[in-house]
Amino acid sequence: MNIASATPLLRVEKLNKSYAKGIGGRHRTRILRDVSFELHRGQTLGLVGESGSGKSTTAACVMGLTAADSGLIEFDGVDLTTLSKAGMRRMRRRIQMVFQDPNGSLDPRFTVADLVEEPLIVHGVTDSAERSRRVSEVLDRVGISVKQAQRYPFAFSGGQRQRIAIARALVLNPDLVVLDEPVSALDVSIQAQVLNLLSELQDELGLTYLFIVHDLAVARLMSHDIAVMNAGEIVEAGTSADVFDNTTHPYTRALLDAVPGARRRAAQNRTVAQQRTTAALATAGTADAMEGM
Amino acid sequence: MQSNAPSLPVPRLTVDGGPDPERNDPVLSVRGLRTDFETAVGTVHAVRDVSFDLRKGQRLAIVGESGSGKSAMAMSLMGLVPPPGRVVGGSVRLNGKEIVGLDDAGISKVRGKDIGLVFQDPMAALDPLKTIGSQFVETIRVHQDVSVKAARKMAADLLGEVGVNDAARRLSDYPHQYSGGMRQRVLIAMAIANDPSVVVADEPTTALDVTTQAQVLDLLAKICDERGNALVMITHNLGIVEELCDSVNVMYAGRFVECTSTGALFASPGHPYSKALLDCVIDPATARRGALPAIPGSPPDLSVDEPGCPFAPRCPIGRDQERCAVERPQPRTLSNGAVVRCHFAYDPQGETA
Repeated sequence: MNIASATPLLRVEKLNKSYAKGIGGRHRTRILRDVSFELHRGQTLGLVGESGSGKSTTAACVMGLTAADSGLIEFDGVDLTTLSKAGMRRMRRRIQMVFQDPNGSLDPRFTVADLVEEPLIVHGVTDSAERSRRVSEVLDRVGISVKQAQRYPFAFSGGQRQRIAIARALVLNPDLVVLDEPVSALDVSIQAQVLNLLSELQDELGLTYLFIVHDLAVARLMSHDIAVMNAGEIVEAGTSADVFDNTTHPYTRALLDAVPGARRRAAQNRTVAQQRTTAALATAGTADAMEGM
Repeated sequence: MQSNAPSLPVPRLTVDGGPDPERNDPVLSVRGLRTDFETAVGTVHAVRDVSFDLRKGQRLAIVGESGSGKSAMAMSLMGLVPPPGRVVGGSVRLNGKEIVGLDDAGISKVRGKDIGLVFQDPMAALDPLKTIGSQFVETIRVHQDVSVKAARKMAADLLGEVGVNDAARRLSDYPHQYSGGMRQRVLIAMAIANDPSVVVADEPTTALDVTTQAQVLDLLAKICDERGNALVMITHNLGIVEELCDSVNVMYAGRFVECTSTGALFASPGHPYSKALLDCVIDPATARRGALPAIPGSPPDLSVDEPGCPFAPRCPIGRDQERCAVERPQPRTLSNGAVVRCHFAYDPQGETA
């Protein structure tokens, strides 16, 4: 923990959110129940949990995309829940988001350079020379050349598109970046490139990440702190090492045990004999097949 | 063949290719399969000369990055290649019957009966306007001459078998009334409804949460064990391979680059691409933030077929080798029985050969 940043950049306290359910909306489904956490400057908080656990709703509340019923969202000392629309819009310049699916978040009719420039125009950077300087700087940072940026998103691979989405989030020099499953739509071979880039950017620019992720290995690797959500509640929170090495909550244990591969290793003693036989059979089969070509 | 596997009876060559359960003949035998897609910018050769055998009860994983051709291959097995794609060569024999070249009516008799399919997205595979029961009954009655009532009874039994509670009543529900994991169970039940000898599962758990995924994987394993179906698992998740499958074919640029047993792949991957894929799996014990191994570059454009090894530009060994750029590697067997297409594969017996 960094001592210099004793006051958290983001403090969420007792956040509650519910949706009306059924005819007339008399019944309410509680999406978030007293969600509280702190996120310090330059750190990453990994928010893990299954779909429907409320992690994306938490992010949406922080982004001001949906209003919480009650609770406090304090960003750099300002309570976001009390801000006007215009006030929130100004604040949002400092809080940016990277979405899961770069195909859905990048308009196919814009060139990449235009896509990355757009946030600057929206936030009133009127000097076009300044804008293009920022665009080329940030594109260079994520490894896309200015020449490539004249092309449209379809001309890029999935990993490159996610780099472009990251560039678009960073062009405004935000303090906090909300990453909503930024690598789960990517191949493992490409995931690593994007995760490495995110780590480098954090170290160099002092970024703070709220990292929504369901892959526990990624969460552990990228996060200083972890909050595990289940059914709208944070059921376990702590430093990354604490949560993963000294798991206390049964839900966290269940998540960890469900990871394919981890289960296999646990069951290995049981099946090792059977495995050998089938493996031997299989190998003989495939060798036959390929040599028969 | 020079694998160190225990010697098995050498398969006799039969003229008609009919299966003989005594000899554990392959239930699925694929030879030289080629699938092309005609596009405006040229012909994409998605599947290029794929061959493999699948035996009763065997669980085979096909792994590779997106764009490696693994889904196109799965679709080719079932005559489901979407236009403008088509199978342009090779043979797929299912229980000894050739299915490449069959017309729609012919393939419809096979699909769902001898080969079952589980798709990635169960919502897209089910008709939202029909109850689960009516879709199930249709699936059964296409291939089996039974009454609606009997088919409904079979459907309820199958749903019960895959773990849907109160199955008889839930047949009247629509797909949206099922959760994601339950829908995938329904698809698995439908895939096995006509007792196919082969089940092909194309990324069946990618859309599911990790705990649901674990349940669905357990179910697939249990079903295959109990019924003796062979399984072809298309996935990019090596954890799933390790857990569920006994053998693995690694696919790159439309070809298998390594065919091996799961144990051998994880112990000593032979092809540099296999090794690179394994290295990309984050191991919490050793992974360092900011220094994750990645595979540089991206998979090649499948509309061109370069003379050399398609992985060479991304390969830690091959990118500096003249030979890899000009000469296509032919399949060869390593000391642990793995068959690889690589001039410089890692052999567990020591130096690269």
